[in-house]
Amino acid sequence: MNYEIVIGLEVHTELSTKRKIFCNCTTQFGGEPNTHVCEICSGMPGTLPVLNKKVVEYAIRTGIATNCDITTNNKFDRKNYFYPDLPKAYQISQLYFPICRNGHIDIIGKDGEEKQVRIHEIHMEEDAGKLIHDDWEDCTLVDYNRCGVPLLEIVSEPDMRSAEEVIDYLTKLRSILQYTGVSDCKMQEGSLRADVNLSVREMGSKEFGTRTEMKNMNSFKAIARAIEYEAQRQIDIIEEGGKVVQETRRWDDANGESYAMRSKEDAQDYKYFPEPDLPPIIIGKEWIESVKNNLPELKDAKKKRYIEQLGLPEYDTGLITDSIHLVRLFEKTSEICKKPKIAANWILGELLMRLNESGKTPEDIDFDDSSLGKIIVMVEEGKISRDTGKKVFKKVFEENVDPEKYVAENNLGLVSDTATLKPVIEDVIAQNEKSVNEYKGGKQQALQYLIGQCMRALRGKAPAQEVQKILKELLDK
Amino acid sequence: MVITDELVAYLEKLGRIELDDEQRVKTKKDLQDILSYIDTLNELDTDNIEPLSHSFPIFNVFAEDEVKNGDMRDEVLKNAPESQDGCFKVHRTVE
Ligand SMILES: [Zn+2]
Repeated sequence: MNYEIVIGLEVHTELSTKRKIFCNCTTQFGGEPNTHVCEICSGMPGTLPVLNKKVVEYAIRTGIATNCDITTNNKFDRKNYFYPDLPKAYQISQLYFPICRNGHIDIIGKDGEEKQVRIHEIHMEEDAGKLIHDDWEDCTLVDYNRCGVPLLEIVSEPDMRSAEEVIDYLTKLRSILQYTGVSDCKMQEGSLRADVNLSVREMGSKEFGTRTEMKNMNSFKAIARAIEYEAQRQIDIIEEGGKVVQETRRWDDANGESYAMRSKEDAQDYKYFPEPDLPPIIIGKEWIESVKNNLPELKDAKKKRYIEQLGLPEYDTGLITDSIHLVRLFEKTSEICKKPKIAANWILGELLMRLNESGKTPEDIDFDDSSLGKIIVMVEEGKISRDTGKKVFKKVFEENVDPEKYVAENNLGLVSDTATLKPVIEDVIAQNEKSVNEYKGGKQQALQYLIGQCMRALRGKAPAQEVQKILKELLDK
Repeated sequence: MVITDELVAYLEKLGRIELDDEQRVKTKKDLQDILSYIDTLNELDTDNIEPLSHSFPIFNVFAEDEVKNGDMRDEVLKNAPESQDGCFKVHRTVE
């Protein structure tokens, strides 16, 4: 029998706000346990949450960029459950009036045609803390640093039909979240994670099969593998005459299989009710308009501008705009050196080479974002040679040195004043009578040879153009 | 709505509490009394009334996106039932 796989996603993304959603603590990743925690995010009785306005703004941005309707009358609800990662014993979320509804993202479907994945809703909520299980002491240690970091949950309709479609949807969604500046979507840090709802049905059937949910997957590869595995598992059950059980499963990427989570077999009853501690949020037309007008440039618009206004080749543009980190570096570098094409060449040449070499990706770039621009300026102004520029960049890439200081301290600058260059060049002319005569006899190659000799004598520390100019002046005299 | 013994048992489970038989009888009666009292509201016609979630006419109370708290771990951990390695320490809890 032929089967169709039906997939819907719930994506959680941590927002790039500075402050947590309901208290004045930082959202910064890492830090010693519980050093980004206060009486509000550790759930002490008698404390009151105050909503970070930026969270609402980011949610509206995401809604606009995914073609959603923005809800005018918003409120939060309490989702009650007992688990130590949630110190209040409830999560503040939105059930009844999610901030965004009825959107869609365009992806490339299985058949190569463009298709829409509908967004059911997007709602705001708070992240939970982290549990560390101590086997030795037989206890659980809790770190609330992540507790209260703002999240958006983006819920799609069950519109995807293959692992490839899911990956394309996630790629598009991540690009939207990054370009709008809403989230950095660092999967290793858990700032983008997906729950996959999957069922299978006979091809052509209108009814949905029984679905299972796979929780908290945080790499595209793992998601693709988990989908293939789970679809096959369900098909096998049906082929053997069995019935798929509705359950929550955990994907074990190391072993390449999923297993049912027993705790989730218990009745899930979150006893939702309106959050009394937070007043409603009313989002008027003006607010939506102002967010719309200030929406950062999205990927397609950027691509178009790079090609049409900056004159970048389409292929190069594609490589840069595939990563928001390359985009940011490219724009900063162009701003400093004022030569976008040259900036693009350095990024696609030297930078990508260094990334490849070190097994890193653009999101790992950690040198000062003005450094590449400064190097290009020095090269273009003839203060250092192109080769030196590449060497300095390597140092910047590896150790985040200040390129200008590094050039000065290591005496890498080119000598370009005539007074210094002239005696050296005169010396070369005196010692290469044969080549000089050949040049005067009309042999152009001889000039190249002489330039080479001068550069050697100067140990490469002079701009070749300048050397050629002086050399020709002396020879043609 | 009728409060049954099964419902009380279910609520115990959700609330992670355990009642003895006497408490169960009392809880069942209390909950039934509360529901009967609330049922009075059903005598009113609420067909064209918007549901009310907040009784005060306040809305859009926001804080700006500024970090004002620093490390206050020592203060916060004073409220922990037990602590270890800078963490709240609880019974082993695994999904
Ligand atoms: Zn806090």
